Amino acid sequence: MSDSAHGVRLQGEGLTLAYDERVVASALDVRIPDGSFTVIVGPNACGKSTLLKALSRMIKPRAGTVRLDSAPISSYSAKEVARRLGLLPQTSTAPGGITVGDLVARGRYPHQRMLRQWSAEDERAVVEAMEMTGVLELADRFVEELSGGQRQRVWLAMVLAQRTGVLLLDEPTTFLDLAHQVEVLDLCWDLHRGQGHTLVLVLHDLNQACRYATHLIVMKDGRIAAQGDPSKIITAELVEEVFGLACRIIPDPEVGTPLVVPLARPDDPRRLDAPSSGLLAADGARRG
Amino acid sequence: MSAVRGGPPAHKSAGPHKSAGPGRPVTGRVLRTPAGAVSLRFHFRSLAAGALLAAVTAVVGVVSLTTGSYQASVPDVIATLFGGGPAGLDFIVNELRLPRLLVAVMVGVALGMSGAMFQSISRNPLGSPDVIGFTTGSATGALIVILLLGGGLQGVAAGAVVGGLATAAVVYGLAFRRGVQGFRLILIGIGTTAMLASFNAYLLTRAALADAHTAQLWLTGSLNGRRWEHALPLALALLVLVPAALALGRRMSLLEMGDETARARGVPAEPTRLALLVTSVGLTAVATAAAGPIAFVALAAPQLARRLTRSAGSGLLPAALMGALLLVVGDLAAQRVLAPTQLPVGVATAALGGVYLAWLLSREWRNR
Repeated sequence: MSDSAHGVRLQGEGLTLAYDERVVASALDVRIPDGSFTVIVGPNACGKSTLLKALSRMIKPRAGTVRLDSAPISSYSAKEVARRLGLLPQTSTAPGGITVGDLVARGRYPHQRMLRQWSAEDERAVVEAMEMTGVLELADRFVEELSGGQRQRVWLAMVLAQRTGVLLLDEPTTFLDLAHQVEVLDLCWDLHRGQGHTLVLVLHDLNQACRYATHLIVMKDGRIAAQGDPSKIITAELVEEVFGLACRIIPDPEVGTPLVVPLARPDDPRRLDAPSSGLLAADGARRG
Repeated sequence: MSAVRGGPPAHKSAGPHKSAGPGRPVTGRVLRTPAGAVSLRFHFRSLAAGALLAAVTAVVGVVSLTTGSYQASVPDVIATLFGGGPAGLDFIVNELRLPRLLVAVMVGVALGMSGAMFQSISRNPLGSPDVIGFTTGSATGALIVILLLGGGLQGVAAGAVVGGLATAAVVYGLAFRRGVQGFRLILIGIGTTAMLASFNAYLLTRAALADAHTAQLWLTGSLNGRRWEHALPLALALLVLVPAALALGRRMSLLEMGDETARARGVPAEPTRLALLVTSVGLTAVATAAAGPIAFVALAAPQLARRLTRSAGSGLLPAALMGALLLVVGDLAAQRVLAPTQLPVGVATAALGGVYLAWLLSREWRNR
C-alpha cells in the first residue's frame, strides 16, 4: 500500500490549527508510520481530535501542510482523498429505516459513479468488510435496532468497505461499555496486524492507548509532548507533566506494555507501604 | 477475542447479469453489463410504488379531463387530445382542462421534490419550504408586484420567484455559521416566515379593495383558470430543475449521515447543501409562481412516499409522484365536492394529505 519512499503516507508539517480566531494547536509535526497502530492521547481539549480532523482534511490548517502520499492533501479532490483515507468521526447519524448492508454499502460512494452504482468490486469490498467486523449476519437488520457495540462495528465496516489503507478513527470507543471497547480495539488490532492497515485513533484512556499503540502521540495544550513507541516514551514524569497525575508505571501483566497506576494519597490507610516488586505484580494481575 | 465472527460466506458471485443474488448484503436489485462498465442498483419496491402512483395519477387525470360542467366520454376526450373529437370539445379539453391538469401535476412534482430535499437538508420532517419561509417569501414577492408595481401575469410569477430566492438567501445567510445546521435553518426560517407574513398582511391593509381582492385570491393558492401561459414556463423550469435535483440525490443521502461522515466519503458537504437549497428553492418558487402558495404538499408528500417505498434512499422521485397525485386529486375534489363553488386546491390538499398522514403516523406509533 505504501506509495511513499519514506514509509510515511500521511504526515503533518508545521501545523497551526484554529477554529475561527481561537488557535487550538501550533507548530505540530507529526508523521504517521505506515502500517502503524498510532494513537493520539492527551487530556481534554488538548487538540487531539482537532489534529485528527486536520489529518483527514475536515478542517484546513491555519498554517502548515498535511501531506498524503507525498502531495498536499488539499491538492486532491474530495473523492480522491476518500479513496486513500477513511475517517470515522465521533458521531454519525444512521438514516431512519436503513439496513446494515445498505449503510455499509455507502462506504463505496467514492468508488462509484452515476452509471457505476454497484460493481462486483463494490460487492466484494462490502462483504469482506462485514465479515471482518462480524456484521454480515446482521445485513438485513435495521441499524436502529442494534446495540451500541454492534452499531459501532457497522460504522467500522462502512469505513473498511471504502478500502483505504489508512484509517482514522475519532474516539471509536466512546459511548461503549468496557467489553465493547475492548472488542472494538481488538478489531482494530486485527486490521493492523492481519491486514496491514495504517490506523490512527484518538483515545481517551491512556492505558488502552499504551496497550494497543505501536506509535503513540501524546498531546498537551495544543503541542506534542512526546511521540514514539509507548514502552519507550511513557514515564511517570511524562504522565505527571501531561495529565497532572502522580502515578507509577508497571508492565501490563498481560502483554508487558506500560500500565499507568495512579499513586494512592499518602493518608490512604489501604496503602501498601513498602512495595516490593512481588506485591506490585500481584496487584497488577488482580487489576488487569 | 477474535473479531471475525461466524458469518457464513453468504456471498455468491452474482453472474454477469442482473439478479438479486441470495447472498447480496444490500437491498435492491442490480443490473450489470457483462464487462461491468455499467451497473445500476435499484429498489424494486420504490419502482413499483412509483409506477402505482403514476398510474393512479393518470386515472384521476382522465377523470378530471372527462368530467365537469360538460361531461365527455373517455374515447371522445382521447380523440380530442390527438386533434380529432367532436366540435366544441377541443376548447374545453385542450385549452381549459388539459393545461390545468398539467399545471397541477407539475406543481405537485415540484413541491414533492422540493419538500424531500428540504427535509433531508434540515434532517427534520418539519423542514418543508412552507414552514421555513420560502413560500411566504414568494408570496411577498408576488404581493409587491400585484399591489405596488401593478404587473401582469408574468410579473407576478417573476415576483414570486425573486421573493422566494431572496428569502432563501437571507435565511441561509442568517443560519450560516461554519456551515448550515438543520435546526438553525428551521428556527430562523420560522422567524422569517412570521415577519414576512405580517409584512404581507400590512401590504394587504394598505391596498385598494380591488387589488386586495386579486392578491387574496392569489394568496389562497389555486389552479382555477390556469392555462398554457402558466404551464409552459413551469415546464421549462422543471426541465432544468428536476434533472439537477435527481443528480444531487445520492450526495443528498450521504449528507444525511452528518457532514463529517459525508465528507469522509468524498461528498463536499457545504457546496452540496447549497446546491440542494438553490435547486429546491427554485422548485418551490416556480411552483408558487404558477399556482400561488399551496400548503402541505411539500410537507406531506415525502413522508407519505417514504412510508410507501420503505426505502432509505433519497426518495426524490416517489416524493415527486406523490406530490403530483396529491395535487391532482386535491384539485379534482376542490372543483367537484362543493360544485359549482370552486375551493382553492390548497384546502383540499391539506385535508387529503393531512388525514392520510395523521392516520399513518398514529398507526405507526401504535405499533411501537
